[in-house]
Amino acid sequence: MSSRTFRPDPTFYPSPSMAQSAPRETLAYVVEIDATGRTPDALVVLDLDPSSPTYAQEVGRLDMPNLGDELHHFGWNACSAALCPTMPHPHVERRYLLVPGLRSSRLYIIDIKPDPRQPTIHKIIEPQELEAKTGYSRPHTVHCGPDAVYMNALGSPSGDGPGGIFVLDHTTFDIKGAWEKNRGPQHLSYDFWWHLGHDTMLTSEWGTPNMVEQGLNPEILLAGGYGHSLHVWNMRTREHVKTLDLGAEQQMVLELRPAHDPRQTYGFVGVVTSLADLSASVWLWHLDGTEWKIQKVIEVPAEPADPADLPPLLQGFGAVPPLITDINLSLDDQFLYVSCWGTGELRQYDVSNPFEPRLAGSVHLGGIVRRTGHPRSDEPLTGGPQMVEVSRDGQRVYVTNSLYASWDDQFYPAGIRGWAAKLDVQPGGGLTLDPDFLVDFGEKRAHQVRLQGGDASSDSFCYPNP
Amino acid sequence: MNDAVTWPALLLLGGLHGLNPAMGWLFAVALGLQQRAPKAVWRALLPIALGHALSILLVLLLVGLAGLVLDGQVLRWVGAGAILAFGAYKLLRPDAHPRWVGMKVGFRDLTLWSFLMSTAHGAGLMLLPLVLPPSGHADALHHAAHSGHLMPSTAPVWAGLGAVAVHTLGMFTVMASVALLVYHYVGLTILRQAWVNLDRVWAAALLAAGTATLLWR
Repeated sequence: MSSRTFRPDPTFYPSPSMAQSAPRETLAYVVEIDATGRTPDALVVLDLDPSSPTYAQEVGRLDMPNLGDELHHFGWNACSAALCPTMPHPHVERRYLLVPGLRSSRLYIIDIKPDPRQPTIHKIIEPQELEAKTGYSRPHTVHCGPDAVYMNALGSPSGDGPGGIFVLDHTTFDIKGAWEKNRGPQHLSYDFWWHLGHDTMLTSEWGTPNMVEQGLNPEILLAGGYGHSLHVWNMRTREHVKTLDLGAEQQMVLELRPAHDPRQTYGFVGVVTSLADLSASVWLWHLDGTEWKIQKVIEVPAEPADPADLPPLLQGFGAVPPLITDINLSLDDQFLYVSCWGTGELRQYDVSNPFEPRLAGSVHLGGIVRRTGHPRSDEPLTGGPQMVEVSRDGQRVYVTNSLYASWDDQFYPAGIRGWAAKLDVQPGGGLTLDPDFLVDFGEKRAHQVRLQGGDASSDSFCYPNP
Repeated sequence: MNDAVTWPALLLLGGLHGLNPAMGWLFAVALGLQQRAPKAVWRALLPIALGHALSILLVLLLVGLAGLVLDGQVLRWVGAGAILAFGAYKLLRPDAHPRWVGMKVGFRDLTLWSFLMSTAHGAGLMLLPLVLPPSGHADALHHAAHSGHLMPSTAPVWAGLGAVAVHTLGMFTVMASVALLVYHYVGLTILRQAWVNLDRVWAAALLAAGTATLLWR
């Protein structure tokens, strides 16, 4: 039972505009992967308090009890959606991180309450239980919903499709089962999120486990076989409503970032690459009357490169693709951050007018060819800005550099040394590197960052901004 | 049913139910904000009150039907047992209720939502000590012996409907007042500052109602 009686969890905010006033984060949680599988993956705690002597250092960690999980995306058991009026649970706590192993299909429920710097394992759900109760494997994205924790999975236990969403109780963590009642043509799975104010769920497409686990398969890619659609769902009936096809040349439609204001009906999705010219893009979905539509609003071109500087996979193209692997939207819905993992760039777009994004800032770090360094590193950086997380007040942006172990090795064959960096957002737009913040994970790889108390991609809201 | 305690108590319990954000005022506020219209708050309050009333009515009907076949004292024991068991359940599993993921709702949806939430929270059960017939004489307010007259078989139907009406009036008045105050003056910040864990209050109220059913009159 929750220990809270008189006030809701103080990290819950009714509206996104109220969440922007949250106190500054002082800790970050990062999943750290051993790509060799020789030591366990870990959840690492970073100190984000600039007045602390251990600023930008590891101050705690939890090593998993198994090898080879490949921890990936993770999320909270509860968040601001618990205040939603349809069934408010304001006294449930944002206390547990649900951390799935993308390769092992094992799910760790991690308690950060007794000591936020020393997380402990509260419960482990083994892959057999996940498979038996949902028919899914390779759990991927976690979102705390109004009524439960929602997670999705890339595919079936055999490694084929379909992938989809399943639901867990947000206090007992019992798996309640698969979410979809009628999936229609949906088969591939990657990300999901929703417009709570409009009873609408959106899901995106990568590939089945068999299509992605051995690395990017050039044959599938050139045949346009990876995901190129977005799916719209009715959240109440749990039925597929519409497929928004971006065209087969748009390969890998990944991260979904709906507007945080629940009155709005638009959002952004990143596309890794185009078969036509290796460009990457961001598309805008929006509700036009009663019809959901999608259009390209950002295109980042590939950069010409000497084939000698490129990994074997790209040598034939003579260009380095930007590879938009993650995007993130500030809580005020004003700035969209776009990771170009291939060229090693984080871009900031002003999306006040979502139909016409305007480039407002850019920082280079790493990159396949560019290998931009950092003031705190003697060596050029490997990898590039990949997972990106924005603080609730929108003033700080954190990035990590690893994508997915087998894909890291294809695009950065010399190896990736894990790092996390911080960028500062200038008032009104513009990005600068924090020269004092670089966390070196050594031979281990850093994937997603979550900020203590919530961040710009951890909460959803039922009450509109004023 | 006509004593000086029952009717005010029905009204006050209605007020308690109206105070609970999970019973409707919060939904009405959210719909008003989403549609940027105070009218939307009002439009939501009526079906929410109707759904609540239907839930109460259902419980009274079931009690009435049970009263046709059960002895008054047995009915009181069964009723008290049901409330106590439900109260204990709500204490242990406050989250257990129908899942309703939807903000685009019309009159029928809201009525159904309110009916389901009220029923799942045992709103009607909480009224049982007031509407079950006294163990002794119908007009007695004392701990009397058994073989009482059952309300459903002796009291006219209008008494049951009256109970629903009075309770719903209390519920509606408080719910509407809170919804309009929050929408127009207080604002959403109140949700972060003053939201007592009503799940626990509610469970305690159910347990108290069960105890009262056993001991009162």
